[in-house]
Amino acid sequence: MLARAVMADGGACEAQKRIGRVVMPGEALLLPGHAEADGERLRLAANGPQKGRLVCGPGLRRGGEGLLVTKCGLLRYRGPGSGSGGVYWVDSQQRRYVPVKGDHVIGIVTAKAGDIFKVDVGGSEQASLSYLAFEGATKRNRPNVQVGDLIYGQFIIANKDMEPEMVCIDSSGRANGMGVIGQDGFLFKVSLGLIRKLLAPDCEIIQDLGQLYPFELVLGMNGRIWVKAKTIQQTLIVANVLEACEHMTAEQRKQVVAKVLEN
Amino acid sequence: MKETPLSNCEKRFLLKAIEERKRLDGRECYDYRNLRISFGSDYGCCIVELGKTRILGQVSCELVTPKPNRATEGILFFNLELSPMASPAFEPGRQPELLVKLNRLLERCLRNSKCIDTESLCVVAGEKVWQIRVDLHVLNHNGNLIDAASIAAIVALCHFRRPDVSVQGEEVTLYTPEERDPVPLSIHHMPICVSFAFFQQGTFLLVDPSEQEERVMDGLLVIAMNKHREICTIQSSGGIMLLKDQVLRCSKITGVKVAEITALIQKALENDQKVRKEGGKCGFAESVPNQRITAFKIEQAPVDTKDVQEQAEEIIAKAFPPSEVMATPVLWTSGTAQIGEGLENSWGDFEGSEREEEEDEIAQDEPITVEDQNLETGDASVRTRNQKDETIVLSDSEEEDVVILEPEVTNKNRTETSPKQDTISKKTGGKKKKKRATK
Repeated sequence: MLARAVMADGGACEAQKRIGRVVMPGEALLLPGHAEADGERLRLAANGPQKGRLVCGPGLRRGGEGLLVTKCGLLRYRGPGSGSGGVYWVDSQQRRYVPVKGDHVIGIVTAKAGDIFKVDVGGSEQASLSYLAFEGATKRNRPNVQVGDLIYGQFIIANKDMEPEMVCIDSSGRANGMGVIGQDGFLFKVSLGLIRKLLAPDCEIIQDLGQLYPFELVLGMNGRIWVKAKTIQQTLIVANVLEACEHMTAEQRKQVVAKVLEN
Repeated sequence: MKETPLSNCEKRFLLKAIEERKRLDGRECYDYRNLRISFGSDYGCCIVELGKTRILGQVSCELVTPKPNRATEGILFFNLELSPMASPAFEPGRQPELLVKLNRLLERCLRNSKCIDTESLCVVAGEKVWQIRVDLHVLNHNGNLIDAASIAAIVALCHFRRPDVSVQGEEVTLYTPEERDPVPLSIHHMPICVSFAFFQQGTFLLVDPSEQEERVMDGLLVIAMNKHREICTIQSSGGIMLLKDQVLRCSKITGVKVAEITALIQKALENDQKVRKEGGKCGFAESVPNQRITAFKIEQAPVDTKDVQEQAEEIIAKAFPPSEVMATPVLWTSGTAQIGEGLENSWGDFEGSEREEEEDEIAQDEPITVEDQNLETGDASVRTRNQKDETIVLSDSEEEDVVILEPEVTNKNRTETSPKQDTISKKTGGKKKKKRATK
């Protein structure tokens, strides 16, 4: 209701102008096609070839004539590509995870109930994981999963007001890196924004850390990171650098890595 | 929301690390996390940060009638709250076991140790006494709440000033801060809690456990002590057997830690006092560290702009000017025509397209000869200046040429004036003018 009031006041501004800037919950954004001044052109464009659909990503809701912001953060936009008419979303700094279909996450098994496992993924509700959703699992050949184990899996169902469901196989039935994570190593939590940065292709942080020594790393979209290096000390160093790099500039990070390399 | 369960791998890793005498944040076994004390703009308001654990303390006072059995004593009241803000595991409106335990320990540490002179809080015996209320809000829970809470409570009490009162006969007058300076509470000593976590049935001992360490510990020993090394409270929980030596060693460590923390508290109080006296800025807004999130940032790449101009000139000098474009519509067959450059029109007849290509080649040749002419003009400096002139003409051409070329266009009896054609004519115009300039 509040957002509507703002829109009525003319507080809405064009989404295009706000890209890369901070937006607040309740703000209304007008899409280029919906601006009043462009009404004429819009009608003409409707007769032309159909563009791909404009997608409204996390932190935004459709409302009224444009978009309503529901989270605080930076407004982002990806231009129209093959088949899509562009995506708007809000990059926010949060730690609470909301399950999204297709996300790869690290979960902790909390219970075994009949033929499903209950997995804590940090969302509002625990996810369910069928024991058949592992590579090579059959009714006779059950996977060896204990309560408290770490699972790396993917969401296949993640709806509002519904229990999310995970699997540890891809569409062709292969594990593809998913499954139970080994008993060693260390798990810690970081913010979702940092995880997205780390998962970006050619992430500099990972490359810098890779110069130190070999280690294993699993990044879950739910903000959980699992690290394992040769020794406890090395694992701790990687975990601490990853945790700290959220507030470090690239130069500070390089200094830290150089310092660790010296020792 | 349910508390996040502890995975087997975390538990195993933590215990292994403790066995190797390593802690997650790189501390030694007997080290405290960083302690930060900041004060609000009001008296009796403070935030204590112990690592990532944050507690807000706020003291308030009220005139009430005393308890009948203690007619001359003021009342001290402690209230610790665990809101869901501190940790998603804390549910609103419910009193978990932890909360009851913390509140009782806090009362024992501060009230029963008689660190506040309650007699001085009496205004009229049996009728009016001060009730001092200490509210502690946990803003973030990252382990060792009791130490942080006890520090926050004592700091807030030390910082607090109550309004002055005077009694004349039966009449009690309360003065506002403007009329008379508020008076501080009289504090005898400062009891501070220090927690010890025990692992592996007491083999390993850690001071100031973090949240993760608290979750894997076997037992906890809390010792409250003041700087005179007087033990105010001691409590062991978790059901582990402790040896006499261990308890004695813990009390020795407590003595050292309490001395350090007391010194820090006093320094913080003095600093705040000084700032207030000088009329400087105080309050949380001044003391909150400015942390920047770099996760969404794109680094600014430094670009060397020293020789950009020379480079640009060089590129322009080397590059061939764009080829000449046919500005007039070419009629291929009846009903189809082509304007300007673009994809070859497959509708037209074969010969026509060949002819067009030829024309294009001719057009391309011309500028090359111009370039050669330029090179022949001996002196290097002259040449560069020529090229500079050339570039200026190129960049300006688009606007000027419209005016110059317009008559030409009309000469050619062109009837179509689509916007595309206009731009093309501009381009060609630019070319022609440039040629004129170089010649």
